[in-house]
Amino acid sequence: MNEDGKKKVWCDYQKEIAPDHYYYARSCIRQNFFPGSEETFLKIVGEVLGKDIYDDPHQTTCTGIAYHSAAIPMETTMTVVARQFSLMNEAGYKNFIPSCVTSFGIYTEMMEVWEHFPETLEKTREQLRNATGRTFRLPENLVHTSDIIYHFKNEIAAKAMYRLVNKRTGKPLRGVEHIGCHYAKIFPVKGLGGAEFPCVLSGMIEAWGGEVIDYPERRHCCGFGFRNYVIKENRGYPLSNTKRKFDSMEPYQPDFVVTNCPGCTFFMDRWQYVIAEMEGKTYGANGMGIPVLTYEELAGLVLGFDPWSMGMQLHQVSVEPLLEKMGILYDQTKKYLGANGEALGRPELPERLKVYENDHPC
Amino acid sequence: MNLKDQLKNDVRFVEGLKACINCGICTAVCPAAQFYDYDPRRIITTVQKGNEDEIRALLTGDTIWYCGECLSCKTRCPRDNTPGYVVQALRNLSIQSGLYTQSERGRQQIKVKRQVGDRMLAYGYCVYIDEIDTKEHPEQGPVWDWYRKNAQSILTRLGANYHGEGAGTLRRISDADMEELRNIFKETGAIKRFEHIEKACHE
Repeated sequence: MNEDGKKKVWCDYQKEIAPDHYYYARSCIRQNFFPGSEETFLKIVGEVLGKDIYDDPHQTTCTGIAYHSAAIPMETTMTVVARQFSLMNEAGYKNFIPSCVTSFGIYTEMMEVWEHFPETLEKTREQLRNATGRTFRLPENLVHTSDIIYHFKNEIAAKAMYRLVNKRTGKPLRGVEHIGCHYAKIFPVKGLGGAEFPCVLSGMIEAWGGEVIDYPERRHCCGFGFRNYVIKENRGYPLSNTKRKFDSMEPYQPDFVVTNCPGCTFFMDRWQYVIAEMEGKTYGANGMGIPVLTYEELAGLVLGFDPWSMGMQLHQVSVEPLLEKMGILYDQTKKYLGANGEALGRPELPERLKVYENDHPC
Repeated sequence: MNLKDQLKNDVRFVEGLKACINCGICTAVCPAAQFYDYDPRRIITTVQKGNEDEIRALLTGDTIWYCGECLSCKTRCPRDNTPGYVVQALRNLSIQSGLYTQSERGRQQIKVKRQVGDRMLAYGYCVYIDEIDTKEHPEQGPVWDWYRKNAQSILTRLGANYHGEGAGTLRRISDADMEELRNIFKETGAIKRFEHIEKACHE
C-alpha cells in the first residue's frame, strides 16, 4: 500500500475521545489480578493529568464473562449495561470509560443491538424500570481506558522520568503490543487504527521512546476463550493459543509485552510460568520469562511511579529485567513488604521458571 | 415452532447470518479451528440450509461449545456475517431447550453457572480473589498463594479498598446495589436459567 492509501485508511479509524470528565467502570479481572493497575490509572488521569474522573461505588460487573460463557440470557447483560449507564447519568457524567476490553465490547455491542433492533431498547428500558425503577440515557462518548492513555501519550511523555530506552546501550527497548480481541475485532471502527492497524498501544510505545515488534502471530487471540478458561479441563485451549504467540515472538527477543486487556495480561504472564514448569521452556533471558505489563503499569513506570506500589510484585514473571534496562531506581528490599512496611515473607520459587532475586535470577 | 424459527428470534442470529458464500475465511482465522475439530464455516452452512435434524445435532453436540468467542470471524467475513454470533444463538437455544445436557461440553454449563453466575450474585463481579485458589487454578502460580495469604496488607499498600465500604478496588458492594443486580437477574431470566441448570444437574 502506498503512503497516500495508508493515510486514507487511517482516516477511517480515528475516533473521538472526550478530553475530560470521565465515568470509570472497573474490570472484574483487572481489579483482582492486577489490583494496582486500576489505582494507577486513576492516579495518572486524576493527579498527573488533572482530569475529572469518577469512581462510582454503585457500579457492578457488566456480566461480560458470563455473557460470553452463555451463563445468562442476553437480556440480562443489556439490562445490567443499562443500569451502569443509569448510574453514570445519576452521577452527572456523559463519558463512559470501561477498564476492561471485554466490557468495552459488551457496551459497544449492546448499543449497536439497541440501534439495529429498537424493540430491544424498549424492552431493556422496561426491564430496568421493573427491576430497579431506573431510567437511562446513552453515553455521549464511550472509549476504552487505554484510549485515554493513548490520547494523552504526549503529555505523559513530556512528564516522563524514564524512557523506553536501554540505559546501557542507548537503543530503543523492543516491545510486543498485544491488543485484546474485543477492542477492535468486533467493531473495527471503534478502535484506534481499526482491527488491522491498531495503534492504541504501539502509539504509546513509540511516544515513550520504544520500538514496536512486528511478528507473525501479532494479532492472534491470547486464547482466553471464556468457558474455555473458566472450566479447568478446557484450559489447554488458552494455553495453546498463548504458546503459539510466544513461539512466534521469541526470535525477535522482546524486552517486554504490553496489553490493553486485563485477561490478556494475566494469560501472557501466567502461561509463561506454566510452559516453563511443564516443558522447561522459557522465553526471556537467563531462564526468566518476558515481562508482561498492563498499559497502566507501562505508563506508571515512564512517569516514575514505584513498581511495587503499582503491584508489579504480583506478576509471576519477574519485571526487574525491564526495570534494569530502563535504568529505573527501585528498592528491591521493598518488593515483598506490606502496607505498614512489615515483611510478608515471599512467594515460593517456581521449580523451573527463574525469578529475579538479589540482582540475579534464582 | 421449529428450531430454525426459534433461532430467528435471537437478534444475534439475525445479525450474524446474512448470506454466507462459504469462502471459509472464518475458519482460516479462527483460533478454535486451530486447536479443536471445529469449523465455523460448517456451522454456518448447516444453519443456512435449515435442516432441522442437522440443527438439532448441533444443539446436542460438543461442537458449538468449542468457540472461544474472540469474534475474529466478525472482522474478516467479506459478507458481514458473524459466525460467533450464530454460535451464541445456538448455545442460547441449546440451553433454553435443555438439549445442552446431551453433550459432554454442554454439561459443563453447571460449572460455568457455579463459578461465574454464583459469584456475580455473591460479589457483584464475575471474579473475586477470595474464591480463586491454586487448587482449581494452578496456573496462578506461587505468587498467587502469597498474594492471597497477605491480601489485606498487600491490597491496602496498593490503595485498594478490599471488603471496604464505598468506592475502590475490590470493595464490598452495598446491599442496595446487590439487590438491584439480583432484581435484574430475576427480571431478565438469569435466575430461572440458573435454577434450571442446577435442577438438570441433580437429575
